[in-house]
Amino acid sequence: MTKVTLEVNGKKVSKEVPDHTLLSVFLRDNLNLTGTHVGCDTSQCGACVVHVNGKSIKSCSTLAADIEGSKVTTIEGLAKDGKLHPMQAAFKKTHGLQCGYCTPGMVMSAVDLLQTKKNPTDQEIREWLEGNICRCTGYQNIVAAVKEAATKM
Amino acid sequence: MKSFNYHAPKDVKDASKLASSNSAFLAGGMTTIPSMKLGLASYKDVIDIKNIKKLSGIKVSGKSVTIGATTKHAEVAASKDVKKAIPALAKLAGNIGDAQVRNRGTIGGSISNNDPSACYPSACMALNAVIHTNKRKIDADKFFTGMFETALKSGELVEAVEFEIPEKADYQKHPNPASRYAIIGVFVAKHKKDVNVAVTGAKSCVYIDQDLSKKLSSNFSVSAIEGMEVKSSGMNSDMHASAEYRANLVSLYAKKAVEAC
Repeated sequence: MTKVTLEVNGKKVSKEVPDHTLLSVFLRDNLNLTGTHVGCDTSQCGACVVHVNGKSIKSCSTLAADIEGSKVTTIEGLAKDGKLHPMQAAFKKTHGLQCGYCTPGMVMSAVDLLQTKKNPTDQEIREWLEGNICRCTGYQNIVAAVKEAATKM
Repeated sequence: MKSFNYHAPKDVKDASKLASSNSAFLAGGMTTIPSMKLGLASYKDVIDIKNIKKLSGIKVSGKSVTIGATTKHAEVAASKDVKKAIPALAKLAGNIGDAQVRNRGTIGGSISNNDPSACYPSACMALNAVIHTNKRKIDADKFFTGMFETALKSGELVEAVEFEIPEKADYQKHPNPASRYAIIGVFVAKHKKDVNVAVTGAKSCVYIDQDLSKKLSSNFSVSAIEGMEVKSSGMNSDMHASAEYRANLVSLYAKKAVEAC
């Protein structure tokens, strides 16, 4: 067992968990933050993407103990005062989702992209989202959502 | 995933002491963790080396670029120093896996794992890299010994990789559309005296294509290797590509790389 202390969505949390606890498991099972999804076993789907110290990473392939002391932002931490984050609003507006399973990861990944590239091209958006797999939309409206959000962020 | 004891030592000595036949060093974890999750690997002790400060960072001298073992792919891709000294190396790092993998995955992890389809081993071979471990220095051509096999001994840890700065270089890969691993990848480096053409993804381990390297050493141009047949014997054949298809890709991507130099 190991004690893991993190700041998750602005709140300090501390839990005693088995050493092999993945960050995705820590968030979902220990903190009940089930917005972070787990879509595969092979680290390829990207549904589990969260931010650790501002950078997007796959929470299913990271040990909670490994990021001790870090700041974590999950999909639940994006909306402020009941108002959707511009990226969430853009996914809604452009219909950038269908079943919604991949959406939390898509949104978290896309937010990270816009932190470093203010106005990415379609190609840059598609390349950045290579690690996020969607089986519904065909990606067109996801790219449209990121472009829409870029005008608001 | 089977349970294990997690350790995060602060220096290499402690990390080495913790190592046993039933342990793994953990850097970015982009292979180790999925392998453990799938039950392909299990360990009693997982030794995280990311808290060892001296293992991270990029240094450029007149002749070489040295990259610390726990330096992430995203850091190499974004490094102004690497972009200036060996732009092909920054480009290679910027196309490994996906953005999230590049935010965690490390050069030391990549070469220690020696996946036959990994990108970095080809750069090590073509750029006459020297692998610095906590015990010794190993030339790249002695380091990569077989499929997922390296010259590393138990408790031996990669500390840094030192690449020779070439006159020109380029890396071209044909990625698997799902994993982004190289179905084949070709790293061409023109040094003062000779040219190295390193190939990854094609066989069970990265290698130097001697025929292409020789031809390009005497005449560094696309026309020098135009029409040269790359033999498919010993190449991998799987659901992604046949050996013959891979052989053709090696020839094609070698030309692409020379053209881009």
